[in-house]
Amino acid sequence: MTLAVFFGCTFIAFGPAFGLFIFTIARDPLRIIILIAGAFFWLVSLLLSSLIWFIAVKASDPQDERLQKGLLIFGVMFSVLLQEAFRFLYYKLLRKAIEGLVALSEDGCSPISIQQMAYVAGVGFGLMSGAFSMINLLADALGPGTVGIHGDSQLYFLTSAFMTMVLIFLHTFWGILFFHGCEHRRWWEIAAVVIMHLTVSGLSFCNPLYVGSLVPSYLLMAAAAAWAYLLSGGSAQNLRRFLLCKCCSRKGVGDTLGLVGYQDCCWDGERLSQWLKQEHHPLVSQTRGAGDFLRPWSGCYLSLEK
Amino acid sequence: MSEESEESVPLLPLQQESMASALFNTDQNDNSERRRHDNNERRRNDHAESETNGQPQNNIQQVVEQDEEEDEELTLKYGAKHVIMLFVPVTLCMVVVVATIKSVSFYTRKDGQLIYTPFTEETETVGQRALNSILNAAIMISVIIVMTILLVVLYKYRCYKVIHGWLIISSLLLLFFFSFIYLGEVFKTYNVAMDYITVALMIWNFGVVGMICIHWKGPLRLQQAYLIMISALMALVFIKYLPEWTAWLILAVISVYDLIAVLCPKGPLRMLVETAQERNETLFPALIYSSTMIWLVNMAEEDPEAQRKSKTSTYDKQASRTQNEDAEADDGGFSQEWQQQRDNRIGPIESTPESRAAVQALPSNSQTSEDPEERGVKLGLGDFIFYSVLVGKASATASGDWNTTLACFVAILIGLCLTLLLLAIFKKALPALPISITFGLVFYFATDNLVQPFMDQLAFHQFYI
Repeated sequence: MTLAVFFGCTFIAFGPAFGLFIFTIARDPLRIIILIAGAFFWLVSLLLSSLIWFIAVKASDPQDERLQKGLLIFGVMFSVLLQEAFRFLYYKLLRKAIEGLVALSEDGCSPISIQQMAYVAGVGFGLMSGAFSMINLLADALGPGTVGIHGDSQLYFLTSAFMTMVLIFLHTFWGILFFHGCEHRRWWEIAAVVIMHLTVSGLSFCNPLYVGSLVPSYLLMAAAAAWAYLLSGGSAQNLRRFLLCKCCSRKGVGDTLGLVGYQDCCWDGERLSQWLKQEHHPLVSQTRGAGDFLRPWSGCYLSLEK
Repeated sequence: MSEESEESVPLLPLQQESMASALFNTDQNDNSERRRHDNNERRRNDHAESETNGQPQNNIQQVVEQDEEEDEELTLKYGAKHVIMLFVPVTLCMVVVVATIKSVSFYTRKDGQLIYTPFTEETETVGQRALNSILNAAIMISVIIVMTILLVVLYKYRCYKVIHGWLIISSLLLLFFFSFIYLGEVFKTYNVAMDYITVALMIWNFGVVGMICIHWKGPLRLQQAYLIMISALMALVFIKYLPEWTAWLILAVISVYDLIAVLCPKGPLRMLVETAQERNETLFPALIYSSTMIWLVNMAEEDPEAQRKSKTSTYDKQASRTQNEDAEADDGGFSQEWQQQRDNRIGPIESTPESRAAVQALPSNSQTSEDPEERGVKLGLGDFIFYSVLVGKASATASGDWNTTLACFVAILIGLCLTLLLLAIFKKALPALPISITFGLVFYFATDNLVQPFMDQLAFHQFYI
């Protein structure tokens, strides 16, 4: 275990998440607060589920290995359900916050939309979950030792890092899906998130058979990503335009939200949003503030930042 | 710092630097808050009036609810920036402390105890250890209370020179002696060979620039950096010399004391504020971390002497606090009083055109500030110190190690956020310790005893939740 393992696993596990943080969250103080509060809610859910598991373990026979493993599995499932319950509670809190922000604002619209909050809350949950899974491992990776010397898998650190990364992404997408389901009263979306979470945790019981846990998790992540993207107003057309970095036509209606070419730098946020409103762009009606949200992500958008 | 009330700030006694419980907005902040609040209320009332034609009762209810929500959201809307302005220095201080604890073994080595905690914790029975730690905490708190009362007495009898000298000596000791020890230990840890001449040069420069920044003028970022470094040094001293159970007990009791001293009408800090109000003078801001100094820079043209004095007093308090640990508890309360006093003075000051006009005129004239967004928040250095003590102790002694540290860190930040929310609602100086320390302690013990075994088992089987 060396410095290379430490840095490699750190960047695998947390690299994408920190990238998301730096490019989309770090600039807005409100988003940072929502992130930390999301992390706090996840922490409280973990605390409560650990308490239940602890009580169960103390009340049982410590020598019975099968029972202990069963209790652990029960603890995992209970923790997943509790995490989703706290995600719902957090949604309620953010809903109230948005109502307050709308009431306070001068133009009747809140500085942050519920979709943006959903994303940030998801990242908060994911980062805290990933940190709690991974940080002690990383600290141990710096010290002396040999991985798997007692016959366990030698890929322990690597697979842990990959699993952490996929979990962080999944939490982000689950946040978007969950909040969308709560917003539009689509209970099947919420149920899908819960079932997905239970599935991913359940798949981890296959470890150390990593093919059984990592590959399906990544497939689930891709599915959740696509679903969340579609729910946030994305479409194949958007994606194509983004990848080709096409200019946004001022007159055209079909142009996507803020895809501006590098050479077209004369957009300012207000005019763009006005234009979108006038054109009744489908994205605006569906996701208010999604333009603001997507804006910092693409290099093409940077010219829109004030 | 930027308030006009900074003019002639009397010297603050050492004790006033108290640990922390001061959390408050700058005058500008308050004024803008009030103005904004008034504007919002007016708007809402207008709104309500326009709707009363149809449904009067609902509107009244809505207005009340909106009032409450607006109050809460006032922080979220324009206070989010200030929360981050405090998150960053608190995080930096904690990071410095945790990094030092993890790498420099000097600060986790038992090398005796302070004279304020005479009872040892190396006892044979658990009961004896508990008793000793309770006695230690009681002695520490009584020392703090005595120092606070001494401070009030000194202030009442206008012994400003004594206070001033005390503060200078404290900051000298902290900036030169404690940092010299710290540097020495860091060199020992990394096995860096160093000669005395180089060390002397480094410490001399560090100390002198620190004294200048803290007691006179300096770039804002440099001043903030020095305040953070000083808080970290003090927190490290506490972590080293306070035995475990004593440390946790002291943290808990300090939070309660903070709450009482700042909010109770009979508290010494309140008395201090009232005295200052009677004399119609501003108290020295206690060692306070201020997120913006732009006002001071502008105010220098208005009142250079007062500005210098206030800056001096601010730094002095901090330095003196670090020198005497017992002074720390008092400082926080003081800054709150000062804040309260300043808040109370804003009303009458508002009516007088001069200072008000000066302050209000400044934003439009100043090139640097982006008012009204450029309001600042202040947090007492004692708060920094005790937050860092909590997180440092968690990282030093917890079996859960990094999980516990992370949990305490998030808990403290959330506590700070809630405190700022309350600040925006009540608009007066508030203790910053109770909520954060309570959350921090709860999460420390819960994570260390409940979450850690759970996460351990999960990691062993490589299960993921």
